[in-house]
Amino acid sequence: MQATVRVKRHNQELPATHGKFQEFSFDVPANTTVLDALIKIREEIDGTLAVRCSCRASICGSCGMRVNGQARLACKTKITDVSKDGAPVTVEPMGNMPVIKDLVTDMTLFWDKVRQVEPYLQPSGPEPKGEYIASDESMTHLVGVMNCIMCGACVSDCTALEVDKNFIAPAALAKAYRFVADPRDGAAKQRLAKLNEYGGVWDCTRCYYCVEVCPKDVAPMDRIMKLRDLAMEAGYNNTPGSRHTRSFARSVKKGGLLNETMLAVESTGLFNIPGQLAQAPIGIKSFIKGKLPNPLGHKIPARKRIKRVFEKVEAERK
Amino acid sequence: MMFEHEVLIIGAGLAGLRAAVEAVRRGSNAAVITKVYPVRSHSNAAQGGINAALTDRGDDWTDHALDTIKGSDYLADQDAVEVMCSEAGQALIELEHMGVIFSRDDQGKLGTRRFGGQKAARTFFVGAITGQAMLHVLYEQVVKANVRVYDEWFVTSLIVEDGVCHGAVAMDIRTGEAHTVRAKAVILAAGGAGRVYEPSTNALICTGDGYALAYRAGAPLMDMEMVQYHPTTLASNGVLISEAARGEGGYLLNSKGDRFMLKYAPDYKELASRDVVSRCEQTEIDEGRGVDGCVLLDLRHLGREVVERKLGYLQEVAHDFMGIDLAETPIPIRPGMHYMMGGIKTDVNGATMVPGLYAAGEVANVSVHGGNRLGANSLLDTVVFGRRSAIAAIEYAGSVRDMPKNEDQLKADQARIRRIVDRPKGLRTAAVRRELADSMHSHVAVFRNQHGMEAAAAKVREIKSAYEKVSIEDKGKVFNTDLVFALELGYVIDTAEAICASALTRKESRGAHYRTDMPKRDDANWLKHILVYEGASGADPRIAFLPVTITRWKPVERKY
Repeated sequence: MQATVRVKRHNQELPATHGKFQEFSFDVPANTTVLDALIKIREEIDGTLAVRCSCRASICGSCGMRVNGQARLACKTKITDVSKDGAPVTVEPMGNMPVIKDLVTDMTLFWDKVRQVEPYLQPSGPEPKGEYIASDESMTHLVGVMNCIMCGACVSDCTALEVDKNFIAPAALAKAYRFVADPRDGAAKQRLAKLNEYGGVWDCTRCYYCVEVCPKDVAPMDRIMKLRDLAMEAGYNNTPGSRHTRSFARSVKKGGLLNETMLAVESTGLFNIPGQLAQAPIGIKSFIKGKLPNPLGHKIPARKRIKRVFEKVEAERK
Repeated sequence: MMFEHEVLIIGAGLAGLRAAVEAVRRGSNAAVITKVYPVRSHSNAAQGGINAALTDRGDDWTDHALDTIKGSDYLADQDAVEVMCSEAGQALIELEHMGVIFSRDDQGKLGTRRFGGQKAARTFFVGAITGQAMLHVLYEQVVKANVRVYDEWFVTSLIVEDGVCHGAVAMDIRTGEAHTVRAKAVILAAGGAGRVYEPSTNALICTGDGYALAYRAGAPLMDMEMVQYHPTTLASNGVLISEAARGEGGYLLNSKGDRFMLKYAPDYKELASRDVVSRCEQTEIDEGRGVDGCVLLDLRHLGREVVERKLGYLQEVAHDFMGIDLAETPIPIRPGMHYMMGGIKTDVNGATMVPGLYAAGEVANVSVHGGNRLGANSLLDTVVFGRRSAIAAIEYAGSVRDMPKNEDQLKADQARIRRIVDRPKGLRTAAVRRELADSMHSHVAVFRNQHGMEAAAAKVREIKSAYEKVSIEDKGKVFNTDLVFALELGYVIDTAEAICASALTRKESRGAHYRTDMPKRDDANWLKHILVYEGASGADPRIAFLPVTITRWKPVERKY
């Protein structure tokens, strides 16, 4: 079959193509991956093309890049997965990281964030003589997170990181979860305290892109949500995110619907006077335009059934 | 710029990182140099597990040693096997304490699966991602210890003066600048040489760098003819399907649907040694009972639950590359080049025959694998001898007083690189490598003979002279992978040369070296190691021999 690949070139030493898309067309077998095509280009057509790759089997994490605008592993993406009827496939370097050359990005930021979460087991107490005793379920659960190959796809497409480089970002937070959830680790509480700070678990915007683009089904956002739960369970409740979560739940449990006005007030913190004053102008403006939801909240007829759902879940959790 | 360290570790796979952790724990100023990022290393691809005989489970390290020695076709040095197998338990528990999430049994203790060539179930594992799970944990330990890592630096030479190794010259791939990195001791942990063959289960980075660096530095390579073909690799691209598939109970079927291993190895069946199973598969295929050049691996009877929980990564690979659901359909597989038993000759402390130069992991030959490595012994080899080489290298470094200060090797390497960059349009690196690798796969594979091996050796000589005509298109400095591939091709050629020289020397069949023209093992004449030294100024390699160390297991006929 015919494949057409459009590659974003980035090479300041070659000004003629720097910053432009270059198109390559050739015949390939039907099961060709995007990586196979790129290797064919650099081996047979243009030796200046720079792309990181190694294992060809989605285990080394080298070939993260954007294919048709979305972060993917090139070795795990067949041309036919992303191109209907031979349409050109667009290949660009990952986002949120500076480009070194062509499809090669500078991943310093990625590794720095991994370092930031103290990514190593910190057991408490003396080491046992043999292995630590742990259930198979607890270890199998961690395999899901250890599947992370650090390819950078989730970091590339993270929308929260795009606006705030302080965000620890999905890969490193998933890595943090791996230790918090490890029964052998003794530092969960300290870890959660740090993850509860600015740049941590509450800065995720829940856009879900990291889950969508992860080639190894690590589901980083789900791990971040779990870390939020664990942080609150550990008593770290003094963050806007935690207050937001609790206010949300309280209002739905009470009336069956969200009370938007109280959500804003309670998330900011009732005694956070500067915070309340800062959002007062929006409240006043909304009121004048008739857009301020009723601060007493709305109630729906089925609210008793919703309350029962809450009570059932709460009882189960206990 | 000049860099200096007490110990320089080349390679950041399991052996290199284990050495680094040990060195730093012992207070050494050690650094790691790697042409990729540590977690990209090919140790990742080890799937099935790591062997250890744990006494509290009723196992005995001497049983593990015997299985290993029998698997090696009695070519392994038995003192080295004793070291590896007796230290296995400690090495395993250490990894568990570092944080590896090994699978557990009902009591919450480490669980096992069975692997090939072994009577006992002594393979500890993490799903089908054991190598990745171990590599990432060792990387965590390196982060914790704050080890200096030169990421994406490519080593172009070892620095050897008066026969002593004093560091390496390496190019920072990102800037294109070469530098001298001085060290009192160097540990080569640069991994295998899969790209000498096509196809191979190995990653594209496995280009024999370590073998060639040592060979050029005057260290001999040992038993290089012992190249392992793994019984279960994908026909389309050579990607590995772990032995764990058979360890969990998978069958091998021919085109008639027969479990042909029952005929060849009635006792061990699908779990005979890898060299044995690969030969049986190839025989079925050659005698017309294959399916499009393959045989079938059948996991259907294991059920979806086992396939997905214990072999999840295999299911992923089968789906991605073949569109096959292993719980529903048998998958076509064939023997594929997988591992180098041969390597840089070292003692049990990793010391090579060049003072100051140590080696560990696949690139080294201690020798614990001899003619054929057992599955799940490679991960064990990396951590046991990675650790030991660090201890020995530190001790040696303590005795080194002066290091040369000149930059002669750097200048020579810069001139060599300049010649490649400046060369006008000539041969393409990839095409030249492909020609060599196809020839190796045709002639120095599962079945070999004199005529074929001579053809392969002639091809290596031809390509060695053609190497001077290889040119690159990328003339830039920044991240010039075109240049890196050209330099790697030089390593591939040297490794192939050593494999052919060693293979033509061994006039018998033993382990992975099976000659159809000499099908018998000949202990009277060939129970010995073959050393290959680089020939002086372009001459053919020089061959020497070493006796095999036998401690308590007398060589007997091998039966599975």
